[in-house]
Amino acid sequence: MLSAKEIKKLDHEIALVPIRKSACIEALKIVQQQRGWVSDESLRDIAEYMEMSAEELDSVATFYNLIFRKPVGRNIILLCDSISCYVMGYKKIYQHLQNRLHIKFGETTADARFTLLPNACLGCCDHAPALMINNDLYRDLTNDSLDEILEEYK
Amino acid sequence: MERPLTQHISANHPWLNLKDYTAVGGYQAVHRALKSFTPQEITKTVQDSELRGRGGAGFNTGMKWSFVPMDDATQTKYLIANADEMEPGTFKDRLLLEGNPHQLIEGMIVSAYAIQANTSYIFLRWAYKKAARIIKEAINEAYAAGYLGKNILGSGFNLEMHLHTGVGRYICGEETALLNALEGKRATPRTKPPFPQVSGLFGKPTIVNNVETLCNIPHIINNGAAWFKALGLGADAGTKLYGVSGQVNEPGLWELPMGTTVRELLEEHAGGMKPGFQFRGALPGGASTDFLVTEHLDVKMDYQSVAAVGSRLGTGTMIILDDHTCPVGFIHNLEHFFAQESCGWCTPCREGLPWTEKILLSLENGQGRLEDLELLETHTKHLGPGSTFCALAPGAMEPLQSGLKYFREDFEKHIHEKKCPWDEERNGSHLH
Amino acid sequence: MAVIYIDHRAYEVKAGKNLLESCLTLGFNLPYFCWHPAMGSVGACRQCAVKIFKDKDDTQGRLMMSCMEAVKDNMYLSISDPMAKAFRSQIIEWLMTNHPHDCAVCDEGGSCHLQDMTVMTGHAYRRFQYPKRTYKNQYLGPFINHEMNRCIQCYRCVRFYKDYAGGKDLDAFAAHDHIYFGRANDGVLENEFSGNLAEVCPTGVFTDKSLKEHYTRKWDMTMAPSICQHCSLGCNIIAGERYGELRQITNRYNGEVNGYFICDKGRFGYEFVNSMNRIQQPIIRSKIPEAVDKNTLYNHLKAAISNRNIIGIGSPRASLESNFALMQLVGKENFYQGISERDAQLMQTILHTINSGHVHTPSLKETESADAIFILGEDLTNAAPLLALTVRQAVQRRPFEKAQEIGIPSWHDAARREFAQEKKGPLFIAYPTKTKLDALADNCQHLSPDDIARLGFAIANLLNDTAPAPQEIDEDVLKIAQHIANTLKRAEKPLIICGTSLHNEAILKAVANIAVSLGSEDKKASVFYVVEECNSMGLAMMQAPSLEQARAALKMKEANTVIILENDLYRRDAKATIDHLFEQCGELIVLDHLHNATSNQATVLIPAATFAEAAGTLVNNEGRAQCFFQVFRPKNENFRESWRWLDEFRQFKKGASLEDLNEPGDLMAELVTLMPQFKGAEEAAPSADFRIAGQKIPREPHRYSGRTAMLANIQVSEPKPPEDSDSPLSYTMEGYRGIPPAPLTPFFWSPGWNSVQSVNKYQEEIGGAIRGGDTGKRLFQKVSAVEKIFFDDIPTAYQALPGEWLVIPLQHIFGSEELSIYTHGIAERTPHPYAVISRQDAEDLNINENQSIRVTIAEQDYELPATIRNELPSGLVGIPDHVSGLSGISWPAKGILKTIAS
Ligand SMILES: Cc1cc2nc3c(=O)[nH]c(=O)nc-3n(C[C@H](O)[C@H](O)[C@H](O)COP(=O)(O)O)c2cc1C
Ligand code: SF4
Ligand code: FES
Repeated sequence: MLSAKEIKKLDHEIALVPIRKSACIEALKIVQQQRGWVSDESLRDIAEYMEMSAEELDSVATFYNLIFRKPVGRNIILLCDSISCYVMGYKKIYQHLQNRLHIKFGETTADARFTLLPNACLGCCDHAPALMINNDLYRDLTNDSLDEILEEYK
Repeated sequence: MERPLTQHISANHPWLNLKDYTAVGGYQAVHRALKSFTPQEITKTVQDSELRGRGGAGFNTGMKWSFVPMDDATQTKYLIANADEMEPGTFKDRLLLEGNPHQLIEGMIVSAYAIQANTSYIFLRWAYKKAARIIKEAINEAYAAGYLGKNILGSGFNLEMHLHTGVGRYICGEETALLNALEGKRATPRTKPPFPQVSGLFGKPTIVNNVETLCNIPHIINNGAAWFKALGLGADAGTKLYGVSGQVNEPGLWELPMGTTVRELLEEHAGGMKPGFQFRGALPGGASTDFLVTEHLDVKMDYQSVAAVGSRLGTGTMIILDDHTCPVGFIHNLEHFFAQESCGWCTPCREGLPWTEKILLSLENGQGRLEDLELLETHTKHLGPGSTFCALAPGAMEPLQSGLKYFREDFEKHIHEKKCPWDEERNGSHLH
Repeated sequence: MAVIYIDHRAYEVKAGKNLLESCLTLGFNLPYFCWHPAMGSVGACRQCAVKIFKDKDDTQGRLMMSCMEAVKDNMYLSISDPMAKAFRSQIIEWLMTNHPHDCAVCDEGGSCHLQDMTVMTGHAYRRFQYPKRTYKNQYLGPFINHEMNRCIQCYRCVRFYKDYAGGKDLDAFAAHDHIYFGRANDGVLENEFSGNLAEVCPTGVFTDKSLKEHYTRKWDMTMAPSICQHCSLGCNIIAGERYGELRQITNRYNGEVNGYFICDKGRFGYEFVNSMNRIQQPIIRSKIPEAVDKNTLYNHLKAAISNRNIIGIGSPRASLESNFALMQLVGKENFYQGISERDAQLMQTILHTINSGHVHTPSLKETESADAIFILGEDLTNAAPLLALTVRQAVQRRPFEKAQEIGIPSWHDAARREFAQEKKGPLFIAYPTKTKLDALADNCQHLSPDDIARLGFAIANLLNDTAPAPQEIDEDVLKIAQHIANTLKRAEKPLIICGTSLHNEAILKAVANIAVSLGSEDKKASVFYVVEECNSMGLAMMQAPSLEQARAALKMKEANTVIILENDLYRRDAKATIDHLFEQCGELIVLDHLHNATSNQATVLIPAATFAEAAGTLVNNEGRAQCFFQVFRPKNENFRESWRWLDEFRQFKKGASLEDLNEPGDLMAELVTLMPQFKGAEEAAPSADFRIAGQKIPREPHRYSGRTAMLANIQVSEPKPPEDSDSPLSYTMEGYRGIPPAPLTPFFWSPGWNSVQSVNKYQEEIGGAIRGGDTGKRLFQKVSAVEKIFFDDIPTAYQALPGEWLVIPLQHIFGSEELSIYTHGIAERTPHPYAVISRQDAEDLNINENQSIRVTIAEQDYELPATIRNELPSGLVGIPDHVSGLSGISWPAKGILKTIAS
């Protein structure tokens, strides 16, 4: 069941587009924002509201990198693994994250505190290596600065 | 030296809000355009200025606009700012978005007026959270000030502007894939022709321009085409946002006259290589451009000059390959990215890129064979322009084909030594 | 026309087509995957690359996808260019990196487009050294098997299923080399055309599950051209047999009828041929043992068939030949159509309208180009499935034409869809309940049958004020009528669709009035009539009286002989009526293939061959006579064509002895002489003595294997193959290997093209007619219009009487048809019986969804769960026609509705 709040936001987005279905990515974002991820059940609810089949909507949802169709942790770490960060040693950062959190890319910590994902270039190549946690960007990373940063996310 | 795009942006200052922006002459171009220019005159001026698209392909912007059918005044049309910036190594639009959003909005109003579009979108990549917040605020300000909405400045021209944030996929930056993304579909590219100028968003005439391209528009309207052309040092007009990343002393981004040399960028602006690091090569304009090497240091960074030495200006943001980084690993990282970001629509890209990635990885792991180099070469041939549905895969082949050319010995070393010669280095401590 | 130069030779081709089509039309072997002749180009697979040169002097050239390039005059291209060839073989190599090497155990093997293209491009050796990507497969229901590992991501499946057929439950998921085609979860594919996936998919991802149950390679099948028996459209099919069992139905391209596709009922509904319920032997119920040999049968029948009081009851699902043979046996005056008086009347009204010269009955293909469509009283998806598919294409026509105006060619599928977005051409539907096509319609009127007719009459009147107008018509309905009338009038190719599904004559009369008002002498209005069965039209053209009249003609019990041809009369009229008819029969001789309620009453039961074991001619709804041919000689020699039995009875009756019964004469020639309305039907297919280069057409592909071994358990020496004296087809693999005339095409095959894609080689141009002309002879002669006469018996608006309901039959593609239901997959897809009632009635009677209610029709009670629908007009009840015993109702029916006290 979509919440009243979600429906309100959805209706706003639907009003902006000439074809109802065109708001479906917005719809996925809205629900993901509320629930952290898009479960099969959420997907079906959204699809119904958007007057689409589950297939049509999932076809769109699974195309994109940042619609989560599996449960994620409370905090999402997006580590840039693109070229400038590669040159500047993102692999060390990755190694350090693995040591600290005991998860690899695509995994969530047992306490659901973090999900770790690789991410294509974050657009701050002049301050590589970089990562994002939730909405916050961290640049010029070192193992030490990373430890401090992680502490802020419970 | 003029820096029209960035003169009011400084790293440590907050963004220019409407008040700041108008104080430095902002929105003059909208007044001018709407009062004293016909749409055709704007297009003509932009065409005369020889502004070329800053999104990577470098097509004449005014010319692109001139393909929009203008005969039917009731026709719905769209203008879209491409702020997807996902090309690895590229970080130029972020500065413009976060520093001076009204400059973009103003550029969009004038451009929309030129093609008589009444709806516009900014297609922003998901990761630019700060930019999203700033743009939203700026759009609201512009609406409140009457620069957006109905009957702008009493001219009778209407323009709505929406911010759309993507959900992550490099291909969304390709202008036709972007249209599909905006329509709420899978972002696979579309064929051209028909060009978006004729059948674009929701089947209507549409112009997609890069953020940097659009930011130039107000200045061209204010100062004229001749002024803009004179900004460039060589054949190409205007200034350019150039960037350098990698093991240099001061990685960063600078607005400089079009045609600044690689050497000047590297040595003067980026402060040269870090101590202990040697320059081996550079991708001049993002991940999908061919390597330039030492012999190219005096090449001017404009469309023609870079093309003349077998590469592309691309986004003008340079990634440096140094002597402590394995070129095979470097290229593997790129091909991994491209293979992951292939939309999966056409065969060569969907199946060919993962193959190159696998070969490069096996070379890195010391399991490569000489035949593998041949296979890689075959791929660079068969994934070229025209062979694939869009430019993603051909772009992906650029660093590989030039890498095979300039760093062939390194590839062969991997095969002969059955390991990556940089293995120890990678596990060493120099990276800190 | 344009001249293009391919590898330095000039060719004349049609301008505006795409290069791939043109090259294929010219006979070049250019490989492709994502392009489909009916679905156009999208440029995804990159397999069809050629080199195109700027001009004569350009030696460099550029690789281009031929499917994405329009033919232009003076174009220079090369197919054999080394770079183009290398690229095409590279594409295959890429596709093969993940494709399993499982051809030997793949159902597609031997008829696989991917195999063919792999061989064609010369890719032979594997260089990819890494593990293959693997996927999980899904359960997709009883018809289609899913094997995703074989996928080459050509996107044809979703383009067919979603874009072409309007399905919503199959899509593409994920991205890059993880693309997956399937459903959101395991489950039955809902679309009625899902079976086409097996032909559209160029490899073995989507395959025919029913074939799997008795798997046979294409090359090991004995095949014959045939006609689908399961509705009135007459789709062309290929039927394949092995070991005496019918094993597969595939589409047989007919440019005028079904094109490239058939529906799932047609594809999977064949299992009745192999059913355990077949009548195996002649049975004489008064004898012990009942099963008898031919001698006993004939001797027993002698008296019965010589009886003066004999009547013959024909059948709309039996061939013209069989109906005619029965007529000849009993005499024209004793021959009756085996349908109710009401239905016979409907058919006469249709024929009357056609013969008045005011209408044109378009082919299925023609319906695709209609630019305004009005459907009255038919649920196409269920009653005439393929018509629903062509209507779906037609409504896209307008927006696609607009795309052409801005230079997007009609074959450029992705671009025209991007341009058209959700726009549709005008479609109007008037039907009591929602139908699947409603989603495409501009306006849907959910009305009672009489009110549908009144809407029609109102439109006719608005088009031509000399046509009578209905009295007291609702203001809103009138507005809609005006809108529909205007739209039809403005359209260049308006199309009216109606039929017999609701058994309402007024609708047909209203349509006749619309047609008269809309058409002119040089441009007749197009009316597509949906009728009930595969030969309903042919039978109606024989102009015989109805079942009711047959009953009236029966004199006294005992003294009558009644012969029923392939017809379960309990499906035709009220049970009591049929019971009464049977009570008056003396000897009741039934010829049929399956035991049913009618055959159970027979005193003499004679096994008839099904379409697969027989040849015959059918007339489809459009008036097109088409032939089906015997696919195999059944092991059971009792399975003989009804016409063969009946013709022998005739000879026997005339005094021939059992030993010197002759092969039947040319029944069609006789029919046409006696009934000139069938003129032309005898030419529907070449006659039995037709030969090409002195040769017959082989039913078996030349790779047919095991001929000498397959019967070795019975006899070691190879038995002589059966001779076919009834047709120009042979039962062997020997014979003419080239392209036969369309009606005689037993399979599509061409060197290097083993899959169904070889149909390209059979067409005059891609997507056009089969060489020498498509199958079928249209029998409706061009009559010049008689004066404009209008029907004026307009019904009054439907008024529900207190305590009485109008019960209407609702068609179901799976379940309403008699024979297809023997396929267990189709039985599985059949709905549970239900009764649809209106929201208003549900509230008045205090009925909840799914609550059991009792519908009483002619003193017969039916207990059914209620389905409540908002759109259904109150006073109407809908029940699924013939589903799970809901037969034996005389339509239109009055009913009483009661809740069942729990
Ligand atoms: C794979 C791919 C990714 C692209 N990504 C971007 C992008 O992120 N931003 C952008 O402005 N242009 C991008 N482009 C270029 C656009 O397709 C398009 O050319 C550009 O937005 C046009 O704007 P311009 O004429 O102002 O340069 C991309 C192109 C390709 C092939
Ligand atoms: S080259 Fe092909 S698969 Fe790759 S991104 Fe473009 S269209 Fe998609
Ligand atoms: S058939 Fe031409 S690209 Fe697929």
